[in-house]
Amino acid sequence: MSSYTPHPLEVRVVSRRFDQPKARTLAGYLESDGFKALDKALALTPDAIIDEVKKSGLRGRGGAGFPTGLKWSFVPKQSAREKYVLCNADESEPGTCKDRLILEYDPFAIIEGMLIAGLAIGARRGYIYIRGEYRYLIDIMEAALKEARDAGYVGTNIRGKGFDFDIHAHTGAGAYECGEESALMESLEGKRGIPRLKPPFPAVAGFMGGPTVINNVETLASVPPIIINGGDWFAAFGPPKNGGTRLFCLSGHVNNQGVFELPLGFPLRRLIDDLGGGMRHGAKLKALVPGGSSTPLLPADIAWDLALDYDSVAKTGSFLGSGGVVVVDENTCMVKFALRIMQFYRHESCGWCVPCREGTNWLQLSLTRFHNGGGRDGDIETLREVSENILGRTFCALGDAAAMPTLSILKHWRQEFEDHLNGKPCPFGAKTSVAVSAH
Amino acid sequence: MTPFSQSLEQKFQELMARYPARRSALVPMLIYGQDELGYLPPAAIARIAELLDESEMAVREVIGYYSMLRLQPAGTYHVQVCTNISCLLRGGDELMEHCQHRLGIGNRETTKDGVFSLEEVECIGACSWAPAVQVNYDFHQELTPERLDQILDAYQQRAGAGERAGERA
Repeated sequence: MSSYTPHPLEVRVVSRRFDQPKARTLAGYLESDGFKALDKALALTPDAIIDEVKKSGLRGRGGAGFPTGLKWSFVPKQSAREKYVLCNADESEPGTCKDRLILEYDPFAIIEGMLIAGLAIGARRGYIYIRGEYRYLIDIMEAALKEARDAGYVGTNIRGKGFDFDIHAHTGAGAYECGEESALMESLEGKRGIPRLKPPFPAVAGFMGGPTVINNVETLASVPPIIINGGDWFAAFGPPKNGGTRLFCLSGHVNNQGVFELPLGFPLRRLIDDLGGGMRHGAKLKALVPGGSSTPLLPADIAWDLALDYDSVAKTGSFLGSGGVVVVDENTCMVKFALRIMQFYRHESCGWCVPCREGTNWLQLSLTRFHNGGGRDGDIETLREVSENILGRTFCALGDAAAMPTLSILKHWRQEFEDHLNGKPCPFGAKTSVAVSAH
Repeated sequence: MTPFSQSLEQKFQELMARYPARRSALVPMLIYGQDELGYLPPAAIARIAELLDESEMAVREVIGYYSMLRLQPAGTYHVQVCTNISCLLRGGDELMEHCQHRLGIGNRETTKDGVFSLEEVECIGACSWAPAVQVNYDFHQELTPERLDQILDAYQQRAGAGERAGERA
């Protein structure tokens, strides 16, 4: 993509440079307030930087929603081992396509955010782990890093202030699990991307065993405007404890799919109707994936009144997650939808722990049989039991991520499973996908 | 002995110097090596193991984990159709079926002339422009079967024009 047209209803903080092609070069970035936050941060103490980020209410934009300032404050001040800043650009959560835009349209903002994180925790090196499929973005990032290094914004004695910080881009090679922070570190160490047992958490022992801050792309890109304008300014965009704006990736059965930056707490109804142009073909909403495929689905009656912030979505039993809002209409087979989600998690399970490896495989086979009319009385309960037996019993959140949407679909759309039982054909006429049936 | 070009060998040296320990460069070396050779033949694995002072087995163990790395060649144009949830809702399955009929091959197969290979893939991060297909590293978004046909026609022509060698990225 080379052009970007913002929607008039957007509140543009992270995306403020998306429609300024010049800002993708260092000269253009400097003209649009680039590295002003770095200069300001260089005059602050690490504690003052962290306090500003805490005040902003910024929470992780990758999915878990952990308060960023708090995360930074967990890194010990003194450490015998080298400290690191990692940028998680392994964007792979189904429904999520926002970090891609920041990497393409504002690469220097990510660099600036990492430099400020480095100042805050006392690190001297950082890596940007980009999923392998995003090759053109790795090239963009490497070019930006070269420009920044040549001009003295990355490297040694940055801005003449005695601050050393080097950054490199690093390519993955296709593995959802590498978006999990400890698996990402394993992968960055040249190994299979399997998760580590926690604690210790990365802030204490992360990449190469050193204290490590790892943040999502959007989280880091939110830091420079927070430092320039102040934490209170950012916090004021959203409800309490849900500071700021974020990029929502709208997809599915709406008229206009797109990525939109909106203040937290924005009504879902307006996202669909005002930005998404309403439901496609005038169909009715059946289900909503609020924040990527890992989050429990919500039925229409709850979804329509949803406010898109961490705490409001949590009250419904789901999560704001990664910002991937997937709209599902009334003509969609939820058994097929559950199967496609499970196909993904089975494919991506790293195999390290048994409940996830065996559970996702068994659930995929079972849902395939179910969707093909082979479900028998009692199978619905078995699907539920197997899902519940994965929950909370795995090293990382991938097992939960497979179980949670499945359980929500079983709960809210149980009737659709009943309608598939004992040889009945799919009431929606949905086919089982080619690759799934070939397994 | 190396199966890689001189410039890639030089890039490997730069990559290995970027990290506290050179093994960190393994996954990037594998993917850039594959980009140049089309796949990872035994000679590539042996050379990368040698550079990193690791066993070939350690390298193979890593290759086996990552879905983009392959031990066999794919087609000149590797057509990757996303059928994950956002694409599913906008016709991803139909695109996959369409590709199978048009190319006359199944999932993870290669056409006899070696021009196209086909794979159903997981989310490629194009959800808000669904349905999407990646051919090698190029994204094609908001597709219909008709638009996909035009895109595949263009690749077919490029292949016919003898631009096949080394043209992966």
